[in-house]
Amino acid sequence: MKKNIKILAGSAILAVASSAAVQAGELTVATVNNGHMITMQSLTGHFEKDNPGIKVNWVTLDEGTLRQRVTTDIATKGGQFDVMTIGMYEAPMWGAKGWLHSLEFGSSYDVDDLLPAMRNGLSANGNLYAAPFYGESSMIMYRKDLLDAAGMSMPDNPTWGHVQDAAAAMTDKANGVYGICLRGKPGWGDNMAFLTTMANSFGARWFDEEWKPQLDSPAWNHAVNFYVDLLTHYGPPGSSGNSFNEILALINEGKCGMWIDATIAASFVSDPSQSKVADVIAYAQSPVAVTHRGANWLWAWALAVPAGTQQSDDALKFVEWATSKEYINLVGEEKGWGSVPTGTRSSTYQNMKFLAAANFAEAEMKAILSADPSNSTQEPTPYQGVQFASIPEFQAIGTAVGQQMSAALAGTISVEDALAASQKAAEREMIKAGYY
Amino acid sequence: MNISYRNMKKIKHQSRILACWTLAIIFFFPIFWMVLTSFKTELQAISIPPLFIFEPTFENFSIVQERSDYFKYATNSLITSFGATIFALIIAVPSAYSMAFFPGKYTKDILLWMLSTKMLPAVGVLMPIYLLADAAGLLDTKTVLIIIFAMMNLPIIMWLLFSYFKEIPSEILEASRMDGCSTFDELRHIVLPLSWGGVASAGLLSIVLCWNEAFWAINLTAGDAGTLTALIASYSSPEGLFWAKLSAASTLACAPIIVFGWFCQKQLVQGLTFGAVK
Repeated sequence: MKKNIKILAGSAILAVASSAAVQAGELTVATVNNGHMITMQSLTGHFEKDNPGIKVNWVTLDEGTLRQRVTTDIATKGGQFDVMTIGMYEAPMWGAKGWLHSLEFGSSYDVDDLLPAMRNGLSANGNLYAAPFYGESSMIMYRKDLLDAAGMSMPDNPTWGHVQDAAAAMTDKANGVYGICLRGKPGWGDNMAFLTTMANSFGARWFDEEWKPQLDSPAWNHAVNFYVDLLTHYGPPGSSGNSFNEILALINEGKCGMWIDATIAASFVSDPSQSKVADVIAYAQSPVAVTHRGANWLWAWALAVPAGTQQSDDALKFVEWATSKEYINLVGEEKGWGSVPTGTRSSTYQNMKFLAAANFAEAEMKAILSADPSNSTQEPTPYQGVQFASIPEFQAIGTAVGQQMSAALAGTISVEDALAASQKAAEREMIKAGYY
Repeated sequence: MNISYRNMKKIKHQSRILACWTLAIIFFFPIFWMVLTSFKTELQAISIPPLFIFEPTFENFSIVQERSDYFKYATNSLITSFGATIFALIIAVPSAYSMAFFPGKYTKDILLWMLSTKMLPAVGVLMPIYLLADAAGLLDTKTVLIIIFAMMNLPIIMWLLFSYFKEIPSEILEASRMDGCSTFDELRHIVLPLSWGGVASAGLLSIVLCWNEAFWAINLTAGDAGTLTALIASYSSPEGLFWAKLSAASTLACAPIIVFGWFCQKQLVQGLTFGAVK
């Protein structure tokens, strides 16, 4: 019996010791399951071949879990990940807190080739803390065949009034076609990402110069009423539960006349293997109400090296490889030019092979270049960010407000009540955090 | 219209059968739909109205195998499920024996307190456990999952074993003691053989619960110790269609435990319904 206990104890200690040992030369990369990331995984062999001794392990998670995991790990300096996929919301905040390594690359990387909006959005105090892997803005994707049949056209820079008219003209509920599909699912990155850009263009802002929430302003009221009215009359049933993927499924099935969402969606809706309407989709810039400022969002999925990693040199090498011009060329040659990660480098939009493969390239670049996180509202604000305010409290506030907006869209609460409750929640959070 | 007693009985019997089949179909439908979707293309998976008849494809399964090392995840699931169950049984058997045959003033309270820990939302203790695991160097190891899974299932195993042990007549134990049995011999030669079915069903239930656990498996592992639930989670995508591939990953993850549950269903049902009709 004693012998058995000793064997058991010995095995347990060995198991702990062996499993806790850090494998030198092994990089653990945390990422989301997006198409471009999957392509990166499949091409990792090229990096490993060029860098003998470095092996890359992937941890792929859904967006919410990834955010929770990397936040926990970075805040506790857990060191589970050597490279993290983070967004434009986290990068400047975490960089300023010293949670991320500042990124410095060799001259061949050509850091000046990065689109200025992306570079600025991922920097803090003049230091780049995450390298953009792919970037996006938002724009209109619409069914040209339906619009032509209705005798209408779509200008390159439409107003919300024109979008409403177009939605009305394209709606054919008897045949299951809805004029417009927009996000309604609650979440700071879901319905509030879209609604914030819409509210920006109606002249609204999240906070005034003294950090006081402005959700009870007439501009917010006007924007949300317009949004609810638009989707109630011309949107598909159950819009309050729709996010990117739900609408992507609807538009690919030919059920939506128009969709205003991430530019990355263009590569899906124009792909005949995924979409039944690939050949009739056209693009325009996000609609404007009273100002063009902040009418289209700006986002980047970027690669960062956490301060807690033991292998920062190898991790930097990987980030440099995955966000380089050479990597974009590699994807183009191996996977096709329609599959290259876009929205990060000027050189991508000068590449004739890419321009020939992607009919959305011009609209996408125009949208990205027109978004400015430091000047995204008509009236001045103390925060950075187009579809979010770059402060730690925004996740909680954005999600709470998103739930109210979703309820207003579902018709369980009036827009006025939803905005009043949102204002109250935002005020409570900001006072608690000591902003005023 | 007169309905004879015999006909009435027949109608009642057939209604019960119909109700059982209806319930079985409702419960089975999500599994059926998952398996069906795994053989569709992404476009077919989102088709409106949903497709029941289509040309099946095995592409999703090959993509899952290409992108993820299924067998690594399956091995991790196997090791953590069986490891945690054995670990939990090692603790639970002597504890349940002591509580069943030598109850103290607070035995009932302790049992209830143990059960109450199951009511705590797991996320409430995520940070302390994460920090402890980090401090012990156990993040992303099978060891930490074995410990957590065992502790998670311990209350249920304890309760099941306690109920089984209580059924053993204490006279048998008294007789064995008079014959000179030590406590260990009593447990080994009397209690365990008499309640073997109960121990097996508690173990089986624990294996199933460990296999299906997702929260801790996703939050405490990275590249090395991920289980099949972590594999499934990796196929959800915020931007892009993923239902067919997710269904293929889920089918591959669920298949072993469904087969296992099928073979052990008698013991599982026996364990879960024990003492229900006293």
